Amino acid sequence: MTPAQPQVAQAVVGALSTAETFVQLLYLTASILFVLGLKDLGDAQTARRGVLLAEIGMVAAVAGTLLFGVEKGIIVRWEWIVVALLIGTGVGTAMGLWIPMTKMPERIALSHAFGGLAVALVGVVEYLNHGGPEMGTLRITATGLEVALGALTFTGSLMAFGKLQGFITGRPVTYPLQNLSNLAMIAGTLGLIGLLVYSPGASWAFYAVAALGVLLGVLLVLPIGGADMPVVICLLNSYAGLAASATGFALDNNVLIICGALDGFSGFLLGMMMSKAMNRSFSNVLFGAFGAVPEGKAVTEGAAPSGPAPNVGSVEEAAEVLRAARSVIVVPGYGMAVSQAQHAVRDLANVLQANGCDVRYAIHPVAGRMPGHMNVLLAEANVPYDHLFDLDVINDDFTATDVALVVGANDVVNPAARSNQSSPIYGMPILSADMAKTCVVLKRSLNAGFAGIENELFVRSNTMMVLGDAKKTLMQFTSALKE
Amino acid sequence: MSLTLIFGLYVFFLAAFTGYQVISKVPHLLHTPLMAFTNAISGISLVGSLLAAGGHFGTLSTVLGAVAVLAASINVIGGFLITDRMLRMFKKKGGAR
Repeated sequence: MTPAQPQVAQAVVGALSTAETFVQLLYLTASILFVLGLKDLGDAQTARRGVLLAEIGMVAAVAGTLLFGVEKGIIVRWEWIVVALLIGTGVGTAMGLWIPMTKMPERIALSHAFGGLAVALVGVVEYLNHGGPEMGTLRITATGLEVALGALTFTGSLMAFGKLQGFITGRPVTYPLQNLSNLAMIAGTLGLIGLLVYSPGASWAFYAVAALGVLLGVLLVLPIGGADMPVVICLLNSYAGLAASATGFALDNNVLIICGALDGFSGFLLGMMMSKAMNRSFSNVLFGAFGAVPEGKAVTEGAAPSGPAPNVGSVEEAAEVLRAARSVIVVPGYGMAVSQAQHAVRDLANVLQANGCDVRYAIHPVAGRMPGHMNVLLAEANVPYDHLFDLDVINDDFTATDVALVVGANDVVNPAARSNQSSPIYGMPILSADMAKTCVVLKRSLNAGFAGIENELFVRSNTMMVLGDAKKTLMQFTSALKE
Repeated sequence: MSLTLIFGLYVFFLAAFTGYQVISKVPHLLHTPLMAFTNAISGISLVGSLLAAGGHFGTLSTVLGAVAVLAASINVIGGFLITDRMLRMFKKKGGAR
């Protein structure tokens, strides 16, 4: 074993030096603090304390590593560390403080890319310096997995970022034998790692693993449509965590294994919840085979839905409906985020409440482009979180509600999911906005939504469509109601 | 199988189980902060990056290590800041700002 790692194995063989014991105890403390921090995140009241605990844990782990490195003479070059830390702190602060909440999915995708990159590079350095014939089975396997997963997370996250930003088409990109070639590449990566176990000195195989990881990241995310981004982001979270865990195995470092496992499982769990909320099988999700789903009844750009014409109302008509309403349930969707209408929603709710109207918010688990994104946007606009309700809690209340106000949501309120067996989203749990006495839908145009599926809610007799930018429309409602 | 691997697997599965238990109790409301939070703690790979960047391994390793330190520290700092920024916004009806 090289002296570059705090050594668990030594604990088995013999006693640790004082410095090593101290570092291991710091790592242990950090791990406990991370778990406690996550536990505190289970309740909005204690969540901020949880972040503080994890921050202390992070400082402990980093300080311990530096102390250990200096004591052991492993960390000898400071200038690069200092420069990188300074720039990282600057960029991190900027990203933390000034990115608008509407851009949160993009930010998370980008930081998954950073996480993957860091892990992959550590793996390459590890191989460069401790690689070659002397690498044991465990170390080479872990390093190989680390680099493959890290590279995959890096490019996969960049692809997700590109899709969210619109640099890359949000539509699924498919080609023949896609799954077969992806599976072949995964098998090839694992095969090469197997080869490295027998011949750790084969550096070509190591770099081929890294290259395959880079390629897989691109090819696994390419076929996934924009509407499936919540699941993709969760999955990338999971991959980033597993890569960090693999680093822990390679460096023989428990705090890395623990953090990686926590991160990996949170992503996995959220991904499972998201796919359940979209009525997708998890195997579909794991293999990224979403491509087939939105093919169903794609509507060409600009074409209005066929069949009965939707009932398009004016702002004044809709405002009258709202004025008369005693209860309103707001259904926010990605359209609200796009037009940054969360504050306008809040202003309208204030006026309605002043009118004696009961206003609540119904949050679909996959509303937006990332789990829980709507909650954050509404919280940003000072909507108290006890006014926000999950699908299963509020869904039965729509029948007794005067107005369901759908702000830029589409698929999550499409009744086809309940009734039309041929619809690609059949079986997906939806918010029953159509059950309200009147359903007011704010939408930019009559085009189909992101998934390209026609929405029969729009042509129901109790639905009134108000076309235009959601933010503008909401502000017009507010001023109409104030008159 | 080496003892190190067995130890590592113990740690991994116990952490995974603990994580599953703890994370499944996080309400939908806080799922975005949860993601930013786990993203920040996955920046723990900073620990490995520091050893890579600070070692006397040669220029290539040092540069790669420094890029890793840069990327990991962006995640740590940015992740914690943005998690806290989000959590500050969550409040109950009538609660103080």
